[in-house]
Amino acid sequence: MTVVRVSHAAVAFAGRVVLRDVSLAVEPGEVVAILGANGSGKSTLIRTVLGLAPLDEGEIELFDTPLRRFRSWERIGYVPQRMGAASGVPSTVGEVVASGRLARRGIFKPPRAADRAAVRAALEDVALADRSADPVATLSGGQQQRVLIARALAGRPDLLILDEPTAGVDAASQEAFAATLSTFQGRGGTILLVAHELGPLQPLIDRCVVVHDGRIGHAGPVPEPAGHHAEPGHEHEHPHAAPEQSGICEWAPTGDRMTAP
Amino acid sequence: MDLFEYEFMLRALLGALIIGLAAPALGIYLVQRRLSLIGDGIGHVALTGVGVGLLLHHSPVVTAVIVSAIGAVGVELVRQRGRTSGDLALALLFYGGIAGGVVLVGLSDDSSNANLMQYLFGSLITTSRADVIVIAVLGALVLVSMLAFRPALFAISNDEEYARVSGLPVRTLNLLMAVTTAVTVTIAMRTVGLLLVSALMVVPVAAAQQVTRGFRATMTVAMVIGVCAAAAGVAVSAEIDTAPGATIVILALAVFVVLALTKALRPRRRKGQPAVAAAPPEHRIAVRWPQ
Repeated sequence: MTVVRVSHAAVAFAGRVVLRDVSLAVEPGEVVAILGANGSGKSTLIRTVLGLAPLDEGEIELFDTPLRRFRSWERIGYVPQRMGAASGVPSTVGEVVASGRLARRGIFKPPRAADRAAVRAALEDVALADRSADPVATLSGGQQQRVLIARALAGRPDLLILDEPTAGVDAASQEAFAATLSTFQGRGGTILLVAHELGPLQPLIDRCVVVHDGRIGHAGPVPEPAGHHAEPGHEHEHPHAAPEQSGICEWAPTGDRMTAP
Repeated sequence: MDLFEYEFMLRALLGALIIGLAAPALGIYLVQRRLSLIGDGIGHVALTGVGVGLLLHHSPVVTAVIVSAIGAVGVELVRQRGRTSGDLALALLFYGGIAGGVVLVGLSDDSSNANLMQYLFGSLITTSRADVIVIAVLGALVLVSMLAFRPALFAISNDEEYARVSGLPVRTLNLLMAVTTAVTVTIAMRTVGLLLVSALMVVPVAAAQQVTRGFRATMTVAMVIGVCAAAAGVAVSAEIDTAPGATIVILALAVFVVLALTKALRPRRRKGQPAVAAAPPEHRIAVRWPQ
């Protein structure tokens, strides 16, 4: 079984090509990071996988089912980039996380003990159990990000899809977040995440896909930190034109484009 | 109170109570989606429905429900496309609605100003027995669907994309919201009038959220405020001889002002703390997995 399979995907918005001929496969238990500069199309790639952006060409399969026929949404936990700007009506942490149960429970059934237990467990996973009754607007950015992760975990998914989960999140929250993902993976979960820089997530990542200018620029192991690139025996070449960048994901090829193996 | 010995006053009170309960229950989702003014726009469109009804010698309530439902679905389709021109499209629809209504009412046999005013600002005391039955049935339908689908409607109002990825029937739920908004506008038209409909959907919610911390609590408090303002508004308006719709809205606004002042004067409770303090560096994680 392949959890996510993207074959020759092309996406364009209002005539502007955002992704062209992108292929990608994520196997069960893998942690795959999609990296790339801002505007490279990396977020569009996962939004297309989730059916949030229209696919112009190619095919997408989730759990071996074509996307348009896919109905087992409870198997997927989606963590968007950030919580929508605080709207007028207050909502508590517990209420937001409880929406993560809807995919499993359906819209016609009221919440049951199992739903409440799953919400509580998800809040404990992100260390926010004591904030359950607090309005989300009173939480810090990093805490709100953890609420979104708890919402995804509450549905007990098999696949987590995260869009820049650590962007703008303080270091302590990033560490805690990496631990949460690690536990999720330890239980057999599959993770596909988009990141600008990996930070504390780096040890978790099995495989890296770099999107550059709407194409896959590199696919394979996580690029080594910049300093090691010059070492003999280094398998892939990065045509750095600019001076070495500090974060591995600042990587942006400027010379020959590498193709996916 | 001997006022309510008159049957027309009882009918007026009943109509107002149903609207007072149903309008905030629907309005909270509109406020959450930043569509606070949508009820106002649909009210404009409903006036065309009233004009059509008067012209065809049909019940204006029925034609208003149909026309405003079509208008609301149109608004929803514009919103789904998410174009920047949507704002302009809505303006065209709303002003077309009110202008069409005024012209059609003028063309009808019963084109008195009083008739037009009755729909624009409400006229509780001319509410007939049949009107009250229509209001009660439709109001109960709105209330039940808003309460029964609360988790799903909360999810789509809170984060529509996440709701789609949860496999919720987002399009159907949005259309349900559009149609129930149109129905609420139309049944509230007799109580508060088309120009003040939106106030009953929005003001109790705005008042409630001054003192609440969660969505469910806000919904409950807003419904209580709506019902109390409606009941008091009918009584006060009969006593001092003012328009009931406007009186209800003024009372609801008074509640808002009082609660907003209470909130401003109350010492602040805990505010957002930095995440570092809240997240212990070695927090224990136990991901439970599908059984």
